[in-house]
Amino acid sequence: MKTIRMLAMAAAIPALAAAAQAETKIGMITTLSGGGAGLGVDVRDGFMLAIEQDGRDGVEVVIEDDQRKPDAAVQIADRMIQSEKVDILTGIIWSNLAMAVVPAATAQGVFYLSPNAGPSALAGKRCHPNYFNVAWQNDNLHEAAGAYANEAGLKNSFILAPNYPAGKDALTGYKRMYGGELAGEIYTKLGQTDYAAEIAQIRASGADSVYFFLPGGMGISFLKQYAGSGVDLPVVGPAFSFDQGILQAVGEAALGVKNTSQWNKDIDNAANAAFVSAFQEKYGRLPSLYASQGYDTANLILSALDKAEASDQDAFRAALQAAEFDSVRGDFKFGSNHHPVQDIYVREVIKEGDVFTNKIIATGLSDHADAYAGECKM
Amino acid sequence: MTYILVLEQILNGLQLGVMLFLMAAGLTLVFGVMGLINLAHGSLYMVGAFAAAAVAGWTGSFLLALIASLAAAAAAGALMELVVIRRLYQRDHLDQVLATFALILIFSEGTRWLFGSFPLFLDVPSHLSGPVSLPGGIEYPLYRLTIILIGLAIAAGLFLLIARTRIGIQIRAGEADREMIAALGVDISKLYTLVFALGAALAGLAGALVGAIQSVQVGMGEPVLILAFVVIVIGGIGSIKGALAGALLVGMTDTLGGVFLPQLFAVFMDPASAASAGASLASMLIYILMAAILLVRPSGLYGGSA
Repeated sequence: MKTIRMLAMAAAIPALAAAAQAETKIGMITTLSGGGAGLGVDVRDGFMLAIEQDGRDGVEVVIEDDQRKPDAAVQIADRMIQSEKVDILTGIIWSNLAMAVVPAATAQGVFYLSPNAGPSALAGKRCHPNYFNVAWQNDNLHEAAGAYANEAGLKNSFILAPNYPAGKDALTGYKRMYGGELAGEIYTKLGQTDYAAEIAQIRASGADSVYFFLPGGMGISFLKQYAGSGVDLPVVGPAFSFDQGILQAVGEAALGVKNTSQWNKDIDNAANAAFVSAFQEKYGRLPSLYASQGYDTANLILSALDKAEASDQDAFRAALQAAEFDSVRGDFKFGSNHHPVQDIYVREVIKEGDVFTNKIIATGLSDHADAYAGECKM
Repeated sequence: MTYILVLEQILNGLQLGVMLFLMAAGLTLVFGVMGLINLAHGSLYMVGAFAAAAVAGWTGSFLLALIASLAAAAAAGALMELVVIRRLYQRDHLDQVLATFALILIFSEGTRWLFGSFPLFLDVPSHLSGPVSLPGGIEYPLYRLTIILIGLAIAAGLFLLIARTRIGIQIRAGEADREMIAALGVDISKLYTLVFALGAALAGLAGALVGAIQSVQVGMGEPVLILAFVVIVIGGIGSIKGALAGALLVGMTDTLGGVFLPQLFAVFMDPASAASAGASLASMLIYILMAAILLVRPSGLYGGSA
């Protein structure tokens, strides 16, 4: 008797599993420990806020920490794809990790939606039907900064970025739009914290402005040291060095700096207003652009799931490409290579009460697509 | 114009060097006296920086923040020695590496749990901010100059401590022959705790000093730890003099190489690829230096017979 009951239970388990198959499983690989954790935490919090607000059954999110290490990210991705059978992967912050994970994941038939990294290779020659970038192609914000530099009359920029894929994309993007001379071009070590040597070179170069891309803690170090050095050339950067998470650590040194972003908390639309207040209420801090990207990524997935199951790949892909969701950026659409076509704004760092934050002062580039779309054949 | 740049870079190298010395001094003492590889030394650097940022946030005083960094790191170091490290002296190096690596993870996640994932704010005090004009027309940040002076003063203090005081004699004797000084009635376990706390306090001070011009964040100690290991290997393990020489050598090589190699490459390459190739080679330079020195002097510049 006992045996029979156990057999019946054993038979019931696959049936349960079959019912669970109808669920959509999303794997999030992001940086939750170590120096770059602030970015991953923001993407995760933005993403989970959207999932929670939606509240539907049948969507399961598995979150793992990649520690900003490519090998760890690859291992987690393999485990999520092969043993956890996720339908969609997302979450990676850093371009070198994305390059290690994304091509293998999409080749195994999984969808990958990038909430942050947008290396040029994945936008161009190595684009893939199952790869969507919800944030930007790496060059985009830097292109807008180059365009802004022309407009602001800067003629002799000193430019620097870390020596990794996104750093090279950054300076390439800036130079694509910027029309003036270069007083110098430096690649620093990824994760470098002391910029005394670079600042001395800036001082000696005779530049009229500095453009730098140093995300996370690198940007904090650079700005504090720059402020103390007595060099007072105007600084321009992408939003990554002036986002909500690090501005408080930079302090006064960042006030007045112009930076470029596809999002800011004062973009005037209903979705954005709701997002900013809900995020503040839930987490007790202002959202950053990373949080907005996580939030948009989740809402894009949910909008596509309304139309098709993730297992019905062609229909789901078409639903993603249509991008019919209320983006916190306002208008949002994908180009032919599954990268955004969007407005990019120029912001200025201000102080609101005790909190350092940004406000939009101009539109840098309108309906801007990336430069690699032509190389993408799919 | 160029000679000002060179002089300024030499000052920068000196500043990096004295910071590395503060880290390496503790590391080399602990290795020399107790024969212990302490990977968690970088965590003590982080503890110092976080303690300083927290106290500076509450009180607004940078001096109090520095004192807090010394106290917190020394306390964390002493606690670490009493609870964990003490059990590792008799074990082989692999066990020590494993246990102290675990300590890194515990310290990092513990700090994240206490302070959150976002970097903390710690700024240079207003009377030390801004540049000063040095003879020869160099504009140099006053704070970095202060760091150089503090570092050199501490180096001098350590030499006196090791060479002239009773504790110093015991430390040197401990390096030479552990069993013998225990047999002579020196309380060896108290000496070990003391040396460990001293090394920890120096690392914490370095963290606080550097935290004011960099970012105070979880994991800030590990990159410095790697450089500190390079320093003590170059200088010779256990030697304070070696740590100072190694630290200055590494600081200079790293700074000057990073600046002048790309410019050297630019002579025969186009600027973009020279910047990239030069930067790549510059980041290898200190390891090439280490290999070269070990080739000539296998136990380091001031190392004993190994």
